[in-house]
Amino acid sequence: MEILFQQIVSGLATGGIYGSVALALVMIYQATDVVNYAQGEMAMFSTYLAWSMMNAGVPYWAAFFGTLVVSFVGGLLIERIVIRPVEGKPVLTIVIVCIGLLVIFNSVAGWIYSYIQKPFPSPFPPRPIMLGTVVFGAHDVGAILVTLIVLACLYAFFRYTTLGLAMRAAAQNPASSRLCGIRVGWMLAIGWGLAAMVGAVAGMMVAPIVFLDPNMMAGILIYAFASATLGGFTSPGGAVIGGLIVGVIENIVGTYVSFIGTELKLTVALAVILVVLVFKPSGLFGRPAVHRV
Amino acid sequence: MAALLEARGLHAQYGWTKVLHGLDFAVEEGGITTILGANGAGKTTTLRAVCGMVRTAGEVRFDGRDIAGRATEDIVRLGIAHVPEGRGTFVNLTVDENLRLGAYGRSSRTGIAEDFEAVYRYFPVLASRKRQVAGTLSGGEQQMLAVARALMLRPRLLLLDEPSLGLAPMVVREIFRIVRTINRERRVSVLLVEQNAAIALGLADQAYLMETGRIVQSGPAAQLRENDAIRRAYLGY
Repeated sequence: MEILFQQIVSGLATGGIYGSVALALVMIYQATDVVNYAQGEMAMFSTYLAWSMMNAGVPYWAAFFGTLVVSFVGGLLIERIVIRPVEGKPVLTIVIVCIGLLVIFNSVAGWIYSYIQKPFPSPFPPRPIMLGTVVFGAHDVGAILVTLIVLACLYAFFRYTTLGLAMRAAAQNPASSRLCGIRVGWMLAIGWGLAAMVGAVAGMMVAPIVFLDPNMMAGILIYAFASATLGGFTSPGGAVIGGLIVGVIENIVGTYVSFIGTELKLTVALAVILVVLVFKPSGLFGRPAVHRV
Repeated sequence: MAALLEARGLHAQYGWTKVLHGLDFAVEEGGITTILGANGAGKTTTLRAVCGMVRTAGEVRFDGRDIAGRATEDIVRLGIAHVPEGRGTFVNLTVDENLRLGAYGRSSRTGIAEDFEAVYRYFPVLASRKRQVAGTLSGGEQQMLAVARALMLRPRLLLLDEPSLGLAPMVVREIFRIVRTINRERRVSVLLVEQNAAIALGLADQAYLMETGRIVQSGPAAQLRENDAIRRAYLGY
């Protein structure tokens, strides 16, 4: 029983990270109908930036927030410079551009920082947290908290600020938004900036668990796809819940189904994607896609 | 009275298809102008051309400034509120949020609270549905919301695209009554595009008649109403 609890908590911790990346994917998907395949690599690159700052002696939280700012600006610039010219082009064009970004970020990170794994610090104490007889990793609990804080901030931003409202409007109905005086292009750019920021948090939370290397987000991106598919690509909240579910399933299956172990864990994500697409393509919380013909 | 909006030699096209062939028209400051015409005459395109939503050539002056070729959002920010064909409702957002979006492009942040009150006074039915998702409103309520959203811009010019479309006669009369009130109380000039010539001529001071992308007649609305050809073709008696 204790093992089960521990597995659930650490599943929630990684699940929160999958959920964050999934949320970043959904934010861009809702605004532009495009899945940003480079989301994971952007997060990885952000994490390297944080590592560089810490390596230069910047304290953890200063580096953390510094990375968020740089990531936001970076995401914004990527949209303006790389995505803007292909806006309105066939989806395949944009997908190829995103895959191009993925490869570029991966290679540049490898070129600058090498492919050797680096340890990445956790801001939380190394001492485990005891609850009764159950032992929880402090980083696991901390990562869950950080994820929840990010979510709460995003929710408040989209729900209560005028800019957040304008961004939702621009995603739903660009033509009407322009008639309200909203600069739709900039709303998309800000969306990319925010997504990059959310990804950066996920990267910095997962790096202490998986170690920092240019390929660290490859698997996580697959889990994020599974999470977004499960929760529904049209539902930001669903993506996060999907992430938590995928994280917990992955951990429990890895622990209790002996032939899966750690090696076949990623297959769980693919199985989730497959099952959802066959039985409920719009996901648990998504709206079914309706097209006028 | 000076013209608030003035178009000269206005052309517009979708891709290679030319839709407007050199229109001249004007909207007087404080007045209500209507453009009448059958389906496909180019009425909607005329409004879209004013707002920079289609490719245009020619001159469009708003308050003396040439606005042709500017981005839609910049034109809107000058104080031109466009209630588009199909109403342009944000169906997944609440009534209140739709109205907040209407205020997004206004030049001054002051007076938003007063305008909320004013809009809810003009359209009491919206006040009782503040927190309701706009997609669940009836057609008439959505049309009212569209006009209300446009008013939140505190516009100088209101462009109305077939507000009567698909609505019950009683609802149409109510909406037109409110448009007249708004025009008088808030000094908002109106450019109204309509197929329903009878009700439009009853409201407007100036009228234009469009056929296949050209203006074929113009004059005071009262005069057009007396015109035999128009009466037979558009008023049906």
